[in-house]
Amino acid sequence: MAGTVKRDYSLVGESTRRAIETGLASAEWYHTDVSRKAIKELMQRSDGPAIRDTIIWIVAILGSAAGGVYFWGTWWCVPFFFVYGVLYGSSSDSRWHECGHGTAFRTRWMNDVVYQIASFMLMRNPVTWRWSHARHHTDTIIVGRDAEIAVMRPPDLLRAALAFTGILDFRYSLPALVRQAFGKLTPDEKSYVPEMEQHKAVIAARWHVAIYVATIALALTMRSWVPLVLIGVPRLYGTWHMVLTGLLQHIGLADNVIDHRLNTRTVYMNPISRFIYWNMNYHVEHHMFPMVPYHALPRLHELIKHDLPEPNPSMWHAYREVWPVLLRQLRYEDYFLKRELPPTARPYRGEFHEVNMSAAAE
Amino acid sequence: MADWVEACAVDDVEEEDVIRFDHGGRTFAIYRSPDDEFFATDGFCTHEKAHLADGLVMDDIIECPKHNGRFNYKTGQAKGAPVCVNLVTYPVKVEAGKVMIQIA
Repeated sequence: MAGTVKRDYSLVGESTRRAIETGLASAEWYHTDVSRKAIKELMQRSDGPAIRDTIIWIVAILGSAAGGVYFWGTWWCVPFFFVYGVLYGSSSDSRWHECGHGTAFRTRWMNDVVYQIASFMLMRNPVTWRWSHARHHTDTIIVGRDAEIAVMRPPDLLRAALAFTGILDFRYSLPALVRQAFGKLTPDEKSYVPEMEQHKAVIAARWHVAIYVATIALALTMRSWVPLVLIGVPRLYGTWHMVLTGLLQHIGLADNVIDHRLNTRTVYMNPISRFIYWNMNYHVEHHMFPMVPYHALPRLHELIKHDLPEPNPSMWHAYREVWPVLLRQLRYEDYFLKRELPPTARPYRGEFHEVNMSAAAE
Repeated sequence: MADWVEACAVDDVEEEDVIRFDHGGRTFAIYRSPDDEFFATDGFCTHEKAHLADGLVMDDIIECPKHNGRFNYKTGQAKGAPVCVNLVTYPVKVEAGKVMIQIA
């Protein structure tokens, strides 16, 4: 068995050098065979589903905000802000994601408008995050390359638990926006944002910071917490659903492989979570074919599930499966969960990537 | 002197679609627009090495299958992040049911 090599999650360090040297960076990934006719049909764009869902989304946001403000000062405001918080702090993540890919709507400007709004709600710089997500798709869970690895190894379980409160993200995101507004990008950010795009990141950060300053000024003028509870703070109290669903995308699975079946998870979810998450529970499918819009992912799943590991039947099942893996990773960080393939699938190819299968739990 | 090279038959490409054409160690993408015109560009996205022939043609746009970067395949113009560098385009003509591209 190969000895454990300490993982370096910076994007300009030892793991980065090793990923480039070994060909893990920008590699050719495994794809399930799908006919051009079928995938072309699944890739087709349409404004209809996303317009419908966005109208529901906006009405629900405005309605819950109105209810929360109306009942402000009484306990009746709590359920309204509970809904508002999830819509603001969690469902914005999937809107950011799909519109960032440009797949939600057929019409480009609709994707761009929702992308900008959702980026603001999430306290994400729309420029740096667009590039970090492109890198995430190029080098999914390649240590030293992927800027979006949510739980690093060995796992920091306290940090993962705190993520549900949004505190850590808030603590990172707001100072990052302020830093970027002053024109400072980190070496990691410069590693994935091309030089010609970096000034756009600074301008976007300045807009976000200006809106937050205006919100704080309004709260002070009104001598009320309401503006802050509506803008900014929902990133704290409404983030839990985004973390609940998003953590499951890759946690506990293999890293440094180039087959999404080994490092990505599909989980069946209830219809409400799927609306909030815009079907990103079909995550293996999304990574293999990122051109397929969220509303076509269930059809893609039916088409290729013969070649994928059995999905987890529920979030509860997935967390129960991953918990012992995380505990084991505390002592042995190479350990990971290897999902079993059905007999109809093409096997994992040993020569396709270098993964320490002896460290795998099945 | 640039050569005209037979890339494919007209019927090999569906309307509003793209196919891959390899020649001389290079890869090209051959497009058929919704108004039945043919175009050719380099076969790989300028952002990262992904075959544009696996992407989606919508009107005069080709969308890269890897990161959804978009180009106007008629002009090669990159339409925004994550693609910043234009595609190289090639002259195309149709003769006797064959699509010919001029490769420098």
